[in-house]
Amino acid sequence: MLKEIENGRHSVEVSGTKMEFLTFGKGRPLLFLHSGEGPDIPSDECLRCLGAHFRVIAPWHPGFGRNERSKNFRDVGDLAYLYLDFAEVLGLADATLVGASFGGWVAAEMAVRNANAFNALSLISPLGIKVRDRESRDIADIFAMTDAEFAEIAYADPKCAEYDLDALGDEDLAGYFRSRESLAFFGWKPYMHSPQLRRWLHRITVPTLFIAGSQDRVVWEGYHEAYSDAVRGSRLTRIANAGHFPHHERPGEVADIIAQFCGSDASAESAA
Amino acid sequence: MQVYHFSENPYPDAWDADPCLRVTLPNQHFDPKVGADLINRYIDEWVLCDELGLNIWVNEHHSTATCLTASTMLPLAMLARETKKARLLTLGVPIGMRMDPVLAAEELAYIDVVSHGRLEMGLVRGYSTEVAPNNVNPAHTTERFWEAHDLVIKTMTTHDGPFNWEGEHFHFRQVNIWPRPYQEPHPPVWITGFSPSSARPIAERGHTVAAGLNARISREIFNAYRQRTNELGRPAARQDRFGYLALVGVGETEEEGHRFASQVKGYLETTGRAPSHFLSPPGYFPVSAKLSEFRRAQQGIAGSIFQTDRKGNPLPHATASIPQLIDAGVVLAGNPDQVFEQIKDLYDYTGGFGHLLAMMQGGHLSHDDTVKSMSLFSREVLPRLKEFLEPQEAEVLERVRERPLPG
Repeated sequence: MLKEIENGRHSVEVSGTKMEFLTFGKGRPLLFLHSGEGPDIPSDECLRCLGAHFRVIAPWHPGFGRNERSKNFRDVGDLAYLYLDFAEVLGLADATLVGASFGGWVAAEMAVRNANAFNALSLISPLGIKVRDRESRDIADIFAMTDAEFAEIAYADPKCAEYDLDALGDEDLAGYFRSRESLAFFGWKPYMHSPQLRRWLHRITVPTLFIAGSQDRVVWEGYHEAYSDAVRGSRLTRIANAGHFPHHERPGEVADIIAQFCGSDASAESAA
Repeated sequence: MQVYHFSENPYPDAWDADPCLRVTLPNQHFDPKVGADLINRYIDEWVLCDELGLNIWVNEHHSTATCLTASTMLPLAMLARETKKARLLTLGVPIGMRMDPVLAAEELAYIDVVSHGRLEMGLVRGYSTEVAPNNVNPAHTTERFWEAHDLVIKTMTTHDGPFNWEGEHFHFRQVNIWPRPYQEPHPPVWITGFSPSSARPIAERGHTVAAGLNARISREIFNAYRQRTNELGRPAARQDRFGYLALVGVGETEEEGHRFASQVKGYLETTGRAPSHFLSPPGYFPVSAKLSEFRRAQQGIAGSIFQTDRKGNPLPHATASIPQLIDAGVVLAGNPDQVFEQIKDLYDYTGGFGHLLAMMQGGHLSHDDTVKSMSLFSREVLPRLKEFLEPQEAEVLERVRERPLPG
């Protein structure tokens, strides 16, 4: 059922859906739900850093990367159920669940549906909730700006956004465009949130760590505090010199913080 | 051949206000007093069609200085009363983007009834720049369009009481419109085709396909339609299943016709004036199209696939001359004899079409010049278009067997 397609890249069928994922490292499992266009875009450095502490499993969301989006998926709730199935199929009951940005939204939807499916939860700049009134935009309209404008608000150092599309072959370039399409498909309206999610966040009972860059301008400045406030007992850690994607701008620091949070440094040593 | 006069009802006074004319251009640049005169003038030009033996084509766009028509239902409702003979074409109602299809069907039926069955019903997905004003999910628009299409047709053809619809995008439990359409079983349906593959589902339904602005691509689209019709074992599609759109300028002299066309060409120069995130929101164009667009750009080719000549070589509309645009099938311009010959050439090249969609007003072209161009067309060109007959079956089969052109 589980197949290695190429070095470190695997595929598995879950609930009738072919899924691909990358793996890094050894030790306690960590399920990583990606932001943006894929787990390795703009780079896989954050996965490698996490791989120093964990056995990282980093799937592509359905409709992102090389695989077409099937008609079975209509909204983020479908992704949440798929990943709960995925975790069961791969036996990730004691795993840490990490989700970044859009992937953080998916992770939060999973956690309210099944509060006990994972040992710990870390949400990196998660999207998914609506905080302020109807005329206040909590999340910047990323589909109404140029790539350069996006890089400017999403990164402390916009150079970190660089990703060379010219170097991609047809399959991966098509995969990139497919990811952009699916991001719109799942996040267009309501824009990058589920109207009901915030009121159910109290259902998250696993230890939860929020991580956000101190220069995240993709979301309104009070967004991460509001998110964290809605999850009882959670903590919010700010990363200096990082924007909306601290795991890309400060990959080692973010990996260390997550490892410390999970107390997994020992397992990293045993895996080394 | 039926000929339809078209104007996008542009607002050129605002064209210098900002590089971007769509989505974000503040409406402070629209002067209601100027707009009132302008919109009434454009409606007058449509009304004139009735006297000139021309038909009427209206469209709509939103949040833009390129088109002031807020809904095609509005001019159609007025023209249903103000005209008596002209066919009334909307191309179209953007059901992939906005309006619930049941309301659209009911309003269209109303127009069809008031006009005593003169409605030609174009149903379109909606241009990419309509995604933002309507905030429709761009990755939904194709499936939304087809579901809306199916619902409009069922709504118009169900006469024995309410039916139920619980689809992916639309939910109704009591669909039962009043009035129902004048024409049986429903007004003729038109759909725009932008690629050969898009012509196939239109052919399967037997609707009219509208193409144009590029002779080569339109020929491929018409061929694909004819091929699909043939594959299905149906008789050859009649010419009224094909519509061709071109910018038109008819003058007393070649020079005057070219001058009119140069001004109508303001349409081409402004229609794409928006940043790529509004022109190509993710999911609006298929992944394969995004990929080939990217590869074209890598080769230094600017402009869409439509900005090409008959050989498929790039022909940027902004810098192309009127003769180049005539050859590419974008423009018909000159004196009446020349325009007739150009139509004939295009007709033969594409395999023929029963509807000419003639943009005779665009850009800064004045009312007087528009009326002159329309009148010359009506008097000098239109009578000669009767020469175009249905092609022989053998000619159609030749088209069906034709391989795609290179490029």
